[in-house]
Amino acid sequence: MDVSNNMKYATFFRFFRDVILTVIVVFSFTTLILLLAGAPPLAAYYQIFKGSLGSWLKLGQVISVWIPLTLCSCGLLYTFRINLWNIGVEGQVMMGAVFTTFVLRFGMNGHMPLLYLCAAFAAGVAGGAVWALFAGYLKTRGGIHEIFAGLGLNFVAQAIILWLIFGPWKRPGIASMSGTEPLPRDLWLPYVSYMRLSVVGLTLAVIAIVVTALMLRYTKIGLYLKAIGSNLNAAHMFDLNPRTYMLIAMVFAGGCAGLAGSIQVTGVYHRLIPAISSNYGYLALLVVMLSNYNVWISPAVAFFFACLNVGSIQLPMVLQLDSSLSGVIQGALVLAALAMHAWRMRTQKTEGIALS
Amino acid sequence: MSEFNVTILLASVVAGAVPILLATLGETITEKAGIINLSLDGSILLSAMTAFVVAYETKSIITGFACAALVGALVAAVVAVFSIYLNQSQVAVGFVLTLMTRDLAYFLGNPYSRLQGPSALQHPIPLLSDIPFLGKVFFNHTLPVYLSLLLIGLCWWYLYRTPQGLNLRAVGENPRACFARGISPATIQMVYTLCGGAFVGLAGAAYSLCTKPGWGRPQGAEGAGWIALALVIFGGWHPVRAAIGAYLFAFLQVIGIYFQNWFPSIPAQVFQVAPFPLMIFTLLIINFVQKKSATDSMVGKGWIQSILGTLSGAPPTALGKPYKT
Repeated sequence: MDVSNNMKYATFFRFFRDVILTVIVVFSFTTLILLLAGAPPLAAYYQIFKGSLGSWLKLGQVISVWIPLTLCSCGLLYTFRINLWNIGVEGQVMMGAVFTTFVLRFGMNGHMPLLYLCAAFAAGVAGGAVWALFAGYLKTRGGIHEIFAGLGLNFVAQAIILWLIFGPWKRPGIASMSGTEPLPRDLWLPYVSYMRLSVVGLTLAVIAIVVTALMLRYTKIGLYLKAIGSNLNAAHMFDLNPRTYMLIAMVFAGGCAGLAGSIQVTGVYHRLIPAISSNYGYLALLVVMLSNYNVWISPAVAFFFACLNVGSIQLPMVLQLDSSLSGVIQGALVLAALAMHAWRMRTQKTEGIALS
Repeated sequence: MSEFNVTILLASVVAGAVPILLATLGETITEKAGIINLSLDGSILLSAMTAFVVAYETKSIITGFACAALVGALVAAVVAVFSIYLNQSQVAVGFVLTLMTRDLAYFLGNPYSRLQGPSALQHPIPLLSDIPFLGKVFFNHTLPVYLSLLLIGLCWWYLYRTPQGLNLRAVGENPRACFARGISPATIQMVYTLCGGAFVGLAGAAYSLCTKPGWGRPQGAEGAGWIALALVIFGGWHPVRAAIGAYLFAFLQVIGIYFQNWFPSIPAQVFQVAPFPLMIFTLLIINFVQKKSATDSMVGKGWIQSILGTLSGAPPTALGKPYKT
């Protein structure tokens, strides 16, 4: 007992030390970049902090970013389990948003808004799933690597949105980057007024985390995804068809992403805009990597990333810096974590040799 | 613009293909050595930004190109170190770098956006540019264009006609055997990843100093890196075929501009994203051909088969698999 407890403390201590080291490395790197750009580092950090956690309204914004990020991360956990790089998650968010808007356009006249909202959410989930299935089929039947398939479909989805906004769904009179006609208020998700935060979205995101955790841990699908992901050849011996499970994983991922798209339309922007997915899909890939593919850690990472994203919006206004600083910090964090992980593996190996 | 002139069309294809051609050649070299540098899309932007800023500050195009090559090699070095020495997934590191270098480019380049900067000048080659048709198409361009034309041949010669090129290809096919023969796979992969990265850097510089002069958010080079990655597959990991792919792509781009003038009713967004469905479609065909040629032999088949046969090319066997000593 005593020994195992000591081991536990040792691992925990190590983990803690790794996190601290990673943060120090990234902090120094970012400071260097800021100095290179001729900006005051401390002021920039302060602005990011104030811009993300400085008020209830800001916190509400952070959580509205956290919701789609978490939903996408949950979806990506399925695909990463089976070793698929679902880079198309970005396009799946967009198609979810497009399908949602499509259904809601029928509900503009004000009858039975709740029914239309439910149908719109179902359509959003379906839209994301269909887009993911495209990529999945291109992978399993067409032999195209899912990175190319997904990426190509992302660009197509973006073009569809732009075409809709400037073409068939343009606002009467003016077609502009500001998006389609805003939805009537009864088609908005209800929200907490002082935080501008939709509770429905938050609830759905939390449900998605729990369901994903249960699915991956306790169901056959979760087990098979993991089995195929860790050993493709062995899967054949257990009579598992990798293609089927790849498609299943893609459908789950696309569904989660589509749901995120629905929430973006009904809960955040209340219309379809060109940047409806706001790069959250790509960002979610980083979230999942940084959380080491863990269901429970990724929401926390997603929250931190959301803080960075929302906080950095302040930078152009106050310090005349580009808001892409958040992306630099996020990328640096993942790279540093990967390096730390590799270093840990190496030292463990040498320790193992020393012990034996 | 709407009038159609074959000479001008081909000349603009040769000029417009430069960045994508350089990036494709660089990535072909890198992948031949067994490393996938997925960060192309971002590192092109970062080097484009570097090239523009350096050329703007020093008033020297050459320095801009040199610094861009350095930045491209630096980004590639990160991929190489993580893959070769830290044993991490090349795809993961490459993807993170794609996003990070793009954001870094936007962040650091912000003060320089929308500035009027230097761009490469036309240097007609004295005697050759007087040849009636070919002179206008090939020999009335900027220096990077000539460099890109030279590099196609040089790459082919280096890969297939020199002992160093043999080593490079061998490492991509079977690093273990190379190790047994006394060649260090780690060193070779490191060197050629850096080399390929430098090419990608030059591609970025070719964007911001030649084809799409200037810097801004968006610059206009977004997405080019992914196209280059797909063109490497299209080229079957062969530099000359990859170059043909790059020219085909540039041709489609130029034709797209004409089409936009001819059919103004088609929204511009369609032309902007047209390369990507095309990329998927091409990859589909190539995969189909590869499957075909693997199942039945190509003897005694029609001309369609023989054309398709030239399209198929196998990736280096050890591509993307880190070699562990």
